[in-house]
Amino acid sequence: MMSSLTLAAPIETFKFDSPETEKVFHKLSEELRCLVCQNQNIAESNADLAKDLRLEIYTMLSDGKSEDEIVDFMVQRYGDYVLYRPPFKPMTWLLWFGPAIVFAFGLVYVVRFMKAQSSKTQVESLSDEDIKRIKNLHAEQGNK
Amino acid sequence: MPLIAFAILVALLAIGLTLNPRLVPSPLIGKPAPEFELPLLLKQGRFSNKDLIGHVTLLNVWASWCFACRQEHETVKALGRSGVRIIGLNYKDEPEDAKQWLARLGNPYQFIAADRSGRIAIDWGVYGAPETFLIDKSGIIRHKVIGPLSDKGNFDALMAVMDSLK
Repeated sequence: MMSSLTLAAPIETFKFDSPETEKVFHKLSEELRCLVCQNQNIAESNADLAKDLRLEIYTMLSDGKSEDEIVDFMVQRYGDYVLYRPPFKPMTWLLWFGPAIVFAFGLVYVVRFMKAQSSKTQVESLSDEDIKRIKNLHAEQGNK
Repeated sequence: MPLIAFAILVALLAIGLTLNPRLVPSPLIGKPAPEFELPLLLKQGRFSNKDLIGHVTLLNVWASWCFACRQEHETVKALGRSGVRIIGLNYKDEPEDAKQWLARLGNPYQFIAADRSGRIAIDWGVYGAPETFLIDKSGIIRHKVIGPLSDKGNFDALMAVMDSLK
């Protein structure tokens, strides 16, 4: 039971032809989302489906499939959602540009606010009218 | 101005709360059913994607270990009784467990293809049972239900697409 406390990525012991293939395997399993536990990638997840998909990636790599072919395979079946890095296309423009747009709005607001602050007229001397009003105040207080 | 921005943010977050992140739209809608051939669970013989041609079919992905499958089972049976052709895809299940489950709860399936390894389900983009695909006469996938069919929203959406197939 103690061993279950150690946090280890549930990667099976696959044998790879070359360190490059192994690198691609790890890269892919880290970039693909596990649809069962959606906040985990396929490398981290213990879900049965993630295990099956790791095996699938391994088999495809062993068959000489390229990284792109494997990504296409996953997207054809599970959609773009399986990718942690969404593709750049009209559907996802808002996703990619959204933060920049919000930032631009914020920037415009800040600039406007600062301008409004600095253009406020400053009072540097009292007018005759002001002095008269203050004197009136004294007069009223004196009367009481 | 900050108040408006806040209101927009609240509105967006409120919409976000009503969406279900488990519902991942299937890229297979509008595409032909993936090629497959699997042994039948209850009889001798095999079932392939070619057997989908010529009938409007519901392909129901289920397993005896799947709780929500039991939840939807009465609905699946009712659909079967009403004359819909239902094919089962028994997903990552022990054949004996699956047979016992059917004996106890009833069998609405015309055929059941057994996908013990789950490899065929990957081609269908299955990521959790129950899932149900609506396939038209020419073998094109028209709709996918994720989760139990007994759910009113799921059921109504399925019926709406079925109407459009007539």
